[in-house]
Parts: sequence; C-alpha cells; structure tokens
Amino acid sequence: MIELNEVSYGYAGRTLLSDLTLGIAPGSFHFLTGPSGAGKTTLLKLCCLELVPQSGRITAFGKPAEQLGRDGIAQLRRRVGVVHQDCRFLDHLSLVENLALPLRASGQDPHSYREDIDALLAWVGLSTRADALPPELSGGERQRAALARALILSPDVVLADEPTGNVDWEMSLRLLSLLLELNRMGKAVLIATHDLNLIRQAKAHVAARNIRLRGGRLEMAGAEL
Amino acid sequence: MSRAARLLALLKGDAAAEKVVPPSGFTAQLTVFTAATMAFLAVFALALSLATDRLATRWGEALGQSVTIRIAASEGDTDAQAARVLEILGETPGVASARALDDAEERALLAPWFGEDLPLDSLPVPQLIEVIETGRGFDPEGLAMRLRAEAPDAVIDDHRRWRRPLIRAAHRLHLLGIGALGLILLSMAAMISLAAHAALAANGQVLEVLRQVGARDAFIARAFVRRFTLRAGAGAIVGTLAGVASMALLPDMEAAGGFLTGLGFAGAGWLAPLLIPPLAGFIAFWATRHAALRALKEIP
Repeated sequence: MIELNEVSYGYAGRTLLSDLTLGIAPGSFHFLTGPSGAGKTTLLKLCCLELVPQSGRITAFGKPAEQLGRDGIAQLRRRVGVVHQDCRFLDHLSLVENLALPLRASGQDPHSYREDIDALLAWVGLSTRADALPPELSGGERQRAALARALILSPDVVLADEPTGNVDWEMSLRLLSLLLELNRMGKAVLIATHDLNLIRQAKAHVAARNIRLRGGRLEMAGAEL
Repeated sequence: MSRAARLLALLKGDAAAEKVVPPSGFTAQLTVFTAATMAFLAVFALALSLATDRLATRWGEALGQSVTIRIAASEGDTDAQAARVLEILGETPGVASARALDDAEERALLAPWFGEDLPLDSLPVPQLIEVIETGRGFDPEGLAMRLRAEAPDAVIDDHRRWRRPLIRAAHRLHLLGIGALGLILLSMAAMISLAAHAALAANGQVLEVLRQVGARDAFIARAFVRRFTLRAGAGAIVGTLAGVASMALLPDMEAAGGFLTGLGFAGAGWLAPLLIPPLAGFIAFWATRHAALRALKEIP
C-alpha cells in the first residue's frame, strides 16, 4: 500500500535517512525501532507525505507521491490514520468534535456517524470523556483519543509514533491490544517505538516485523520477532 | 452546483464546520471596523463621483452649442447693428439659428443680480443675440473679423472658453471619485487580507491538524472565508447606512443650488450605495481565500 524506494531525507546539510526501502503491505504489522533522533518520526512523516524526500520515490496506494497534488495527499491521509507523538488536537473543540474532524473534512455529516463515534470512544475507553476538552485529558487519554481519531475513517494503514510514550505499562498494553485488534481486522499497522517490552508483548500475539533505524539506514528489515 | 448556488451555500454555511476555527475576537473586530469605515468613505467617494458626473453633464447641456453676441452701442445704432449682425449670422456657415433676446429675457437674466424691478429702459443694457451652432460649429475668428468691419460694437461672448475648463475639471473630479473609490476598495482588500493573515498565523496549529486529518485546502479556507466575508459584509452594511444617512442630511441641492450642496445622490443614484456591501463581501471573500490558500501552501 505504501512503498518507499531508496528514499533519502535530511535537513541542515545532514542526511537523516539514506536510501531507505520499505513496503507496508495490507494486514502487515511492523515495529520501527531505533535510538532517539534516528529518524523514526521522520520516516513516519514520509509515509504519510508530511515530508517530501530529497531523493527516491514514495508510492501510496499505487500512485507516485509526486503526482498526487495537495487534494490527492488529503485523500491519501483519509486512508492512513496517524497517531502523532504529540497528539495534536483542536483545543477549543470537545473530544467528540475532534473525533468528528476527519469525517467533516471528508465531507461527511458527523451527525450520521454519532453512533460510530460513540462506539469508538467506548472501544478506547473514553465514553465518559466525550465532552471533555483536549487540555482536560490525561496523557493516556490523549493517546487513546488520538488513536480513535486516526481510526474514525476506517483507514487501511495505521501509523503510530510512540503511542505508549506518555502512558503507564497497563495503558501501554491496552493501546497495544487495540492496535493488535485493528491488525486482526486487516489494517496494516506500523508502530514507531523504543519500548522493547511492548514489542516482546506483541510478539506473543502477532507475526510482527521489526525494522530498526541506525545511522540513517534500516537494519533487520524483514526479521520476524 | 452552479456558481450562484455555491455562493449561496457558502453564505448559508455550516456553522459546525466553521467551528473548527476558534473564535478570533481581535481580527473579527478589526474586519468589521475596517469594512464599516471603508464603506462609509466609499459612499462619499461614490457621491462625489456621481455628483461631478451630473455637474459635468448639466454644464455641458447648458453650454450646448450656444454663443452670445453682445451689442453695446448707442440706442439707435444698437437696433441697426443687431439687424446687421443677424443678417451676417444668417450667411455664416455653421450657424444653425440666431435670435435677439427680448426685454423680458434680458430682465430675467439680470434679475438675480439687480432684482425683478429693473428699469431696463433707463439703463444702457446691451442687446444680446443668442447664436446656436450646427454640429460642426462656425469659425469664431472669421465671424469676429466680419463683425468688427460691419457691426463694430458687436462682441462675441464665447462662454465656452471659460465653461470648457470647468467641464473638464468636473470630468476629472468624476474620475478622481472613481479612483478614490477604487483605492478605498483596494485598501479594504489589503486590511482584510492582513486581518486574515493574522487569523491564519494565530491558527497555524489548526491548519496543521486539519491537513493531517485529510482536510483539503478548499475546506480549510472555507471556514476562514465565510467568517471574514460575513464580517466584512456586516461591517459594510453599517458603514454604508451611516454614509447614506450622512448624505441625506446634507442641505437640499435644489434649495441652495451650489456645487457643494449638489454633492449628494440624486434619483436612481441613491441605489448605487447598495452595491457597496456585496462588493465588500466579495473583496473579503477574495482576499481571505487568497490569504488562506497561500498560508496553506506552507503546510504539507
């Protein structure tokens, strides 16, 4: 669905990622690991076309990224749910309204989907926080809310950047179980994390691939955990 | 969907969609105030432009194709010279008609300065002959030379000489009014654009989040555009009403009759300010959309 071919990216004269080749196939489960600053977030941003590679080629759902245009990129992002590390929301909107944003942006009437939003909130355990404003949510609640928002359009791919970075272990397991359940539903999942315990925990449930970023290159690509 | 239907849909809007942009008090007030002020000034510029156009037309019509010949000779000679001048005019190419003004007409001309009871018979009032030119006109210098030879006390009073510059000035004032109106509208566009830029800059994170969740540029721009269009339209309505009310309070042009009192609107001209609010709305629409799409290009 998303393929990176010999992609390089850098800034300020420094090459961060060099000649990366990666394919995210339907129903696949990837962990992306690597030390801080290795470029995990950058790689995820390249996958959802938030960044443009300096060289190489990105293909999304069969179309070269450079041919998509801004509307095409918007269309792509409706098929790729992203959980950002900093979980950005619109602070003046309630949690329900934030979850409805992707629906509204794609031209759908959120009122018709209220039941789906409620179901999704229940699935991530935030039913009681539906009317809360984002600043009123805890770190774990924000992570789950971000996951819910990423899934509201039923995307084909879920990219999660350190989704358990701000939560305790119990919450990490809960988020992992949500992502595993998504994968069982046929969604491709790519999680950037440095939490090896989380990866080991996942290993018991799914045939995940662990790809490691080091020195701007991918290592152990394709290795089963 | 047709363009008109799209515009209607935009103005009707989706309050919930617009809600994705947080309320922005300062830029809202700035836009309303700017639109109101500019609309108020636009009413005056429009009034100046229409009034000077009217004035130029009136003066042009009054000037028409007429010339006056004045004969100031001794009583007996005046009639003889007047008769000769009429003969000459009858033979002059470019003269459509000529006639001597009678006492009543001359008294009416002098009445504004000397009153109605002017004893015309006891005053050395010159005989006036009104000459109407054909479209091509006559040769004034040739006529003057012939008059000097055959009716030496006859003088051609070509009031076109002093009226034409006034008409030119009125036409230029008309253009100046249109220019001022254009500048006012451009200033309005610039100020609304600045206010939109400020609102967009203050909402950078909103733009980023919306792009991340798959919003197209047109969707994001629409939220800002509708808000600024409605604000500008509302401000312009207030400013236009205030401007029209001010014009209505000017002294009646017919009663006073001067140039300055004729600066208001007349007849169908009172409908012209109705164009200002929709024009302000269109300008706000264009300026905000342009600003929004430019700002969005910075966001991947």
